[in-house]
Amino acid sequence: MGKKYYFDKPENVRKVLRGLYVVAAFLVVIDFFVPKHPSFPWEGYPAFYGVYGFVACVFLVLAAKHLLRRAVKRDERYYDE
Amino acid sequence: MCSAKCNRLGLAFGYVFTLMALIGNVYALHVEDTVEQMAALAYAGSALGVVFAGDFITLFVFWELITLSAVALLFARRTESSFGAGLRYFFVHLFGGLCLLIGIAITVAQTGSVALDRMELAGIGQILVLTGIGLSCGFPLLHAWIPDAYPQGTVTGTVFLSVFTTKTAVYLLARLFPGTEALIWIGAVMAVFPIFYAVIENDLRRVLSYSLINQVGFMVVGIGVGTAMSVNGAVAHAMCHMIYQGLLFLALGGVIYQTGRTNATDLGGLYRTMPLTCAFCIVGAASISGFPLFSGFVSKSLTMSAVASEQMAVVWFALLFAAAGVFHHAGIKIPFFAFFSHDSGLRPAEPPRHMLVAMAMAAFACVFIGVVPGVLYGILPYAVDYQPYTLAHVLEQTELLIFSALAFTLLILSGLYPSELRSVNIDADWLYRKGLKGAMVSLLNGVAEAGRLLDALFHREIPSLLAKPFARKALRLTDRPVGTTIFWINVLFFCYLLTLYLW
Repeated sequence: MGKKYYFDKPENVRKVLRGLYVVAAFLVVIDFFVPKHPSFPWEGYPAFYGVYGFVACVFLVLAAKHLLRRAVKRDERYYDE
Repeated sequence: MCSAKCNRLGLAFGYVFTLMALIGNVYALHVEDTVEQMAALAYAGSALGVVFAGDFITLFVFWELITLSAVALLFARRTESSFGAGLRYFFVHLFGGLCLLIGIAITVAQTGSVALDRMELAGIGQILVLTGIGLSCGFPLLHAWIPDAYPQGTVTGTVFLSVFTTKTAVYLLARLFPGTEALIWIGAVMAVFPIFYAVIENDLRRVLSYSLINQVGFMVVGIGVGTAMSVNGAVAHAMCHMIYQGLLFLALGGVIYQTGRTNATDLGGLYRTMPLTCAFCIVGAASISGFPLFSGFVSKSLTMSAVASEQMAVVWFALLFAAAGVFHHAGIKIPFFAFFSHDSGLRPAEPPRHMLVAMAMAAFACVFIGVVPGVLYGILPYAVDYQPYTLAHVLEQTELLIFSALAFTLLILSGLYPSELRSVNIDADWLYRKGLKGAMVSLLNGVAEAGRLLDALFHREIPSLLAKPFARKALRLTDRPVGTTIFWINVLFFCYLLTLYLW
């Protein structure tokens, strides 16, 4: 396996992460300038969707890992006769 | 183009059913198993039969044909686990079909009409119809057959399975129960709970099955709200969903076809040698997540806007959470763990050309609808007065997705993300797979034991007791002691006398 692919190099992984940060920051900045027509009052808060998305994802993953998985995880052969 | 009697609702579904049948058949060109070919076509045809049915009787015939052909499709894989899954699918849908049939019978008896009109949840008949349809939709607690059966199909069969049963049910829901408030809450629950399972599942097709329930939840909410915009949103979502969910199953199917593996633990790093499949998978992932310029963006937003204009804050928050969640597990997890993530060491080639062509067709449709939403909007049952590409909307959606992606990346890099594990996660099907099974076995054993006792009592104990005085010098003409015969003749005479006296 001599051929090196894009994500085999760790600096490319860091580049992707930095790219995400840049785009996120850019979106927050232009958030202040875009005219919104919110159906709910909180839709108008700055970066509401970004914050909600971030928090929702973190909550989802941690709840799934610590609550649901603990409750429902069984061995792979659980249903086999 | 269409006369006033035309069923615009059914037509919208019919178009995409036909498209997906075409894509699925292109994908399955290599399949030589006649059972699978026939089952898949019968399945698609039955679904078309349901959406174009004009009365309850026709509807029910095709509804049951859907179940039969889907079971055949599952059996076509010919493994022990797929056989089990097929049987469970059959019995679960038998139950659902019975609910539907009894509900139809009661409703028709009450109203005197077999026409498929909107019904109120007024009595047991309508509730049974809703239950029967809801089971096929994946209502909470009636949903477990979806993650049970869909991963058990063949690579090509599951593409069909993912499209037809649930969307037929969505069509029927939209036809019969628009505006039913209970559906709003049922749909909200449906949209939220599967995403938790999707995070911890290992089999990637099972992850997709849970995301399917999540997406159908959006549609159910849209139907429940009942305004023209929300039903439009539900139908648009259903149409786009069939294509992009199908695309995800097509891409994953290609991976399974080439590697023989379906678990996140066993895959990874495939972007190196399967860049096209990876790209198509990402198109599907972007669509399901609602990225601007893809089909999900122009359809999901209809439902969200409708819910917002009805000022239903709790439901709106739940759906937004579900939207972030679906991006997480279908938008990111599926392509990430299949094509990126750790290096599994596998270097498979791209799947055969016809499979790539099928993926390309679906991907094209996803992008086309996203870029030219007017075509989709023109087919919807009600007139659409909605502009999805406003600056605010594009910004909000992109923000939601980018920050969710950031959360995912940070969780992975920090090691907080739950690792992919070989495991089975129990869901509502535990009830009939383990829970009730033990009770049933005990019950059946008890009945068998009681049968044995009664048999011993009436064929041995009592006759021998009564025959003792007669058995000393018995002429043994048969095996059975004479005493038994005398006993039963006495019983017969007694019953005869009793009947004579009482009548």
